[in-house]
Amino acid sequence: MNKKMSRRGAFSAITKGLLVGAGMAQTACSLTSDENDRTDSQMKWEEYFKKNYRLMTDPEKSSTVQRLTSLYERRTGKHVNIGTEGAEENVLYGYAFNISKCKGYMDCVNACVKENNQDRSTQMQYIRIHEIENGQINFEGADDSFYHEVPAAGHFYLGTQCYHCENPPCVDVCPVGATWQEEDGIVVIDYDWCIGCRYCMAACPYDGRRFNWKKPEVPEPEVNLVQHYLGNRLRKKGVMEKCTFCIQRSRKGKNPACVEACPTGARTFGNLLDPKSQIRWVLENKKVFRLKEDLGTEPKFWYYMD
Amino acid sequence: MKQVKIFGRFVKDGIRVATHGNTTYHIWMGTLTLLMLAATYAYSIQIQEGLIVTGMNDRISWGLYISNFTFLVGVAAAAVMLILPTYILKDVDFKQAVLIGEGLAVAALLMCLAFVVIDLGGPARAWHLIPVIGYFNFPNSLLAWDVIVLNGYLILNVTIPFYILFCHYKGIEPKKSIYLPGVFLSVFWAVGIHLVTAFLYAGLPARPFWNSSLLGPRFLASAFAAGPALIILILGFVRKHSDFKVSDNALQKIALIVTVAAQINLVMLFSELFKEFYAPTHHSQSATYLFFGLEGKGSLVPWIWTGITFNVIATIMLTVHFIRGNFRLLKLACGLLFVGIWIEKGLGLIVPGFIPGPWGKVVEYSPSWIEILITLGVWAFGAFVFTALAKVTIAIETGKLRYKNASEMLAS
Repeated sequence: MNKKMSRRGAFSAITKGLLVGAGMAQTACSLTSDENDRTDSQMKWEEYFKKNYRLMTDPEKSSTVQRLTSLYERRTGKHVNIGTEGAEENVLYGYAFNISKCKGYMDCVNACVKENNQDRSTQMQYIRIHEIENGQINFEGADDSFYHEVPAAGHFYLGTQCYHCENPPCVDVCPVGATWQEEDGIVVIDYDWCIGCRYCMAACPYDGRRFNWKKPEVPEPEVNLVQHYLGNRLRKKGVMEKCTFCIQRSRKGKNPACVEACPTGARTFGNLLDPKSQIRWVLENKKVFRLKEDLGTEPKFWYYMD
Repeated sequence: MKQVKIFGRFVKDGIRVATHGNTTYHIWMGTLTLLMLAATYAYSIQIQEGLIVTGMNDRISWGLYISNFTFLVGVAAAAVMLILPTYILKDVDFKQAVLIGEGLAVAALLMCLAFVVIDLGGPARAWHLIPVIGYFNFPNSLLAWDVIVLNGYLILNVTIPFYILFCHYKGIEPKKSIYLPGVFLSVFWAVGIHLVTAFLYAGLPARPFWNSSLLGPRFLASAFAAGPALIILILGFVRKHSDFKVSDNALQKIALIVTVAAQINLVMLFSELFKEFYAPTHHSQSATYLFFGLEGKGSLVPWIWTGITFNVIATIMLTVHFIRGNFRLLKLACGLLFVGIWIEKGLGLIVPGFIPGPWGKVVEYSPSWIEILITLGVWAFGAFVFTALAKVTIAIETGKLRYKNASEMLAS
């Protein structure tokens, strides 16, 4: 009870005018839509008050998907397919990156942006490719925003993204439980539950998370319409997002877009619990290592050299 | 029923006292209101466009808002340094000061909560934090802890002084059995709010600059220096411009608290500097950036050295007895210390945590005008709340505002 009172106290204090009009614009009861469509605002209202995805029952999941699809259809006239496939049994995803093969072509980055509907206006990218001088694995001299012909002489390339840690610090710190680890090891975010405090961003030792500092923009013809609720569906302003191992693809047995796009074969993805998978072959036959192992996060992302 | 009627009168009288005053008072409150309005406008832009209008980005994801939040938690916690001697050690000298201290805690806490909400990407979804109807990640998330301790401390600091003032308003003595348990609780709670806030940062191995066991104790020391320093400045002003009696003795005792806390804070600062720079490791890079600059970038270098200089000068001044004894110089020392700690524990603590980034990238941060304006507005809001609270408190404590003669007082 105390809790409730105090929140109210806090809010009334802060909001005295601050949120008037402004905060409302974000809420479902916003009057910004030009047509007086009652169903539209009704749906937005229901969207605003829906639960954390983890607590939703199957019917609740399908009704939010229905709302989201129909809202999108009303806006653009296009049908979007938002999946809710859950994790399959005996599946734990892992990823390996061959440092010898990566040449810094950035095809993975571009494929990722297209596949996952990332904001084009701020050029959000989940993957960072670091250009490092030969003779060290030291990020102090690394450059992750190079712009020249690759591969540059005397340098090698190493890609980082969300490592889907077995012990993810980002998940622990989230005050509202908007991010969690699925049974198949994928760390996901409920974009509609995230309040945008960015504590997870501070907690991630791998620069794996991104924030929507503005309303994300994806040109309408470029929107990938094959989506997943926890994956590449369209995000809004003020929420976190990150690599999901392309959950909309991987849960259908496909490789993530970055793996598919890599022209040199530097990227390997697969089921760690399947002894016949390619990722298992890499882990068993190559000398692999992980970054910042001292932090105890147990990334499911390994590096190796030929 | 009678109590409700008296309460209604109390609120009405309170509002009347807070809205009446001389020209200077109206100019002061008017200026604060103007700043708040300007900040509201700036915030409406931020809500419209998103946090892109701030200086923050994916590399430096917390800035001026969270810096001020961190500092102000300390100011709020510092009320305990007045509460402890007054209610528990029964030191009469502190008696007048304590209600002012609690008012300051309330204002500081409201500012803290404002800064946190303003920093949110989706303030409209903040209800997700409310247990039961939302999803409260307790006890895993230190931010969830912080929500509890800050709101709890706010309730304590509103209810205790309210009870005491309400009793005085009615002209009766407050019962110790009613307020003392809350007072005891608030003493531990004050330490709690600041430790929890420190742990919020210290619990992140991803950021070596914060991931230090010294952070919690250092937060306490700097809080017990900056908070009471501000209280001295306020009390100095109050006793000069009102009939509110604050003895020199009380101010000197608070000054002693400030002195010891400032000394301990400096010892901890030096021990941190020693650890970072005697045998610098990869983890010392943030400190290197802060104090000396890194890869040719060092926008915080002059900033932090200003803060350190202020801290050192103020601590020396406070340590020397005859300077501390001179109220003018004491005020100067307190002012320097307050600003010095704000620099050191605000931007000087938060921003270097992100520099260099997890993969060594050095990107600098500077707040945008919108961010600065909103921050000023929140400070103005805190000052506004505090001024109003203090004015009513003083009217009651000096006996000018009483239930029976309230109407006569206003007539005169």
